[in-house]
Amino acid sequence: MTDAGRFAPNTTVRVRDDWPERRGPCHIRTPHYLRGRIGTVERVLGRFANPEDLAFARPAPKRTLYHVLFPQPPLFEEGRPGDDLLVEIFEHWLEPADAASEQAA
Amino acid sequence: MSAPTRPESVAALDRLLQALKRRGIVNDDELNRQQASTDAASPETGARMVARAWLDPEYRALLLSDGKAAAERMGVSMAGAPPLGVLEDTPTRHHLVVCTLCSCYPRAVLGYPPHWYKSFAYRARAVREPRAVLAEWGTVLPDSVDVRVLDSTADYRWMVLPLRPAGTEGWGEDQLAAIVTRDALVGAALPQVPQGAGGA
Repeated sequence: MTDAGRFAPNTTVRVRDDWPERRGPCHIRTPHYLRGRIGTVERVLGRFANPEDLAFARPAPKRTLYHVLFPQPPLFEEGRPGDDLLVEIFEHWLEPADAASEQAA
Repeated sequence: MSAPTRPESVAALDRLLQALKRRGIVNDDELNRQQASTDAASPETGARMVARAWLDPEYRALLLSDGKAAAERMGVSMAGAPPLGVLEDTPTRHHLVVCTLCSCYPRAVLGYPPHWYKSFAYRARAVREPRAVLAEWGTVLPDSVDVRVLDSTADYRWMVLPLRPAGTEGWGEDQLAAIVTRDALVGAALPQVPQGAGGA
């Protein structure tokens, strides 16, 4: 894997709709309100040891960290168009997505 | 929001430190050095970085591209600190920093976070209704300004480079730094020119 990561800037991505906290003890840096949501990769921030392993003192391989941009209004079904959220998300929480798919959902 | 310190917590911390020292994992010198640098960290550092960026285009470029290097230019030791990202406000975009998961905060350049930054209310509301939160604190943003909320969830720490307010033409670095408050450095307020403040 290169420093560029799997997703280039401007790629549409979906945050995995996964809830590991339902399966047992874990430490996750992906906020609840973004699970399953569509965003756009703003930039690659670098590669950092996976906090999900660090928290349990396990060997922690480095993972690519992205800054992902989410329009604010769809997240809470309120807010003003043009407002958005910029959030650090690790690559293993992201999957390719089609921008139209959330509008259809 | 934070609970008062409990004697049993203090005792547990003391036992942990004794165990770490006994095993040679930390020593008193390291602990004292860390305590000193933590106590020395203050929002005055961040304010000075902003003021210098307003005055010096070369420093501004450094601040936006490598916050750690810009902090070190101010004499702050950033060894071992997380990367520092700087969010540039524009006439059409305002940034607000929150950590919805815990209380990530650029402590090396801003010091301890204020109590409200760690409160459940701020962490829940900043992402959902940032304009309402700002308005309650006296900052009503016009419709021409978009709000970008930075949820600080991982390895970076984030501070805001606010817009330099009108009426500060000719001001020096000290005078400018004085109007960059702690809250302005995370976008919870805007730098204000005091009534009657004159230029140079």
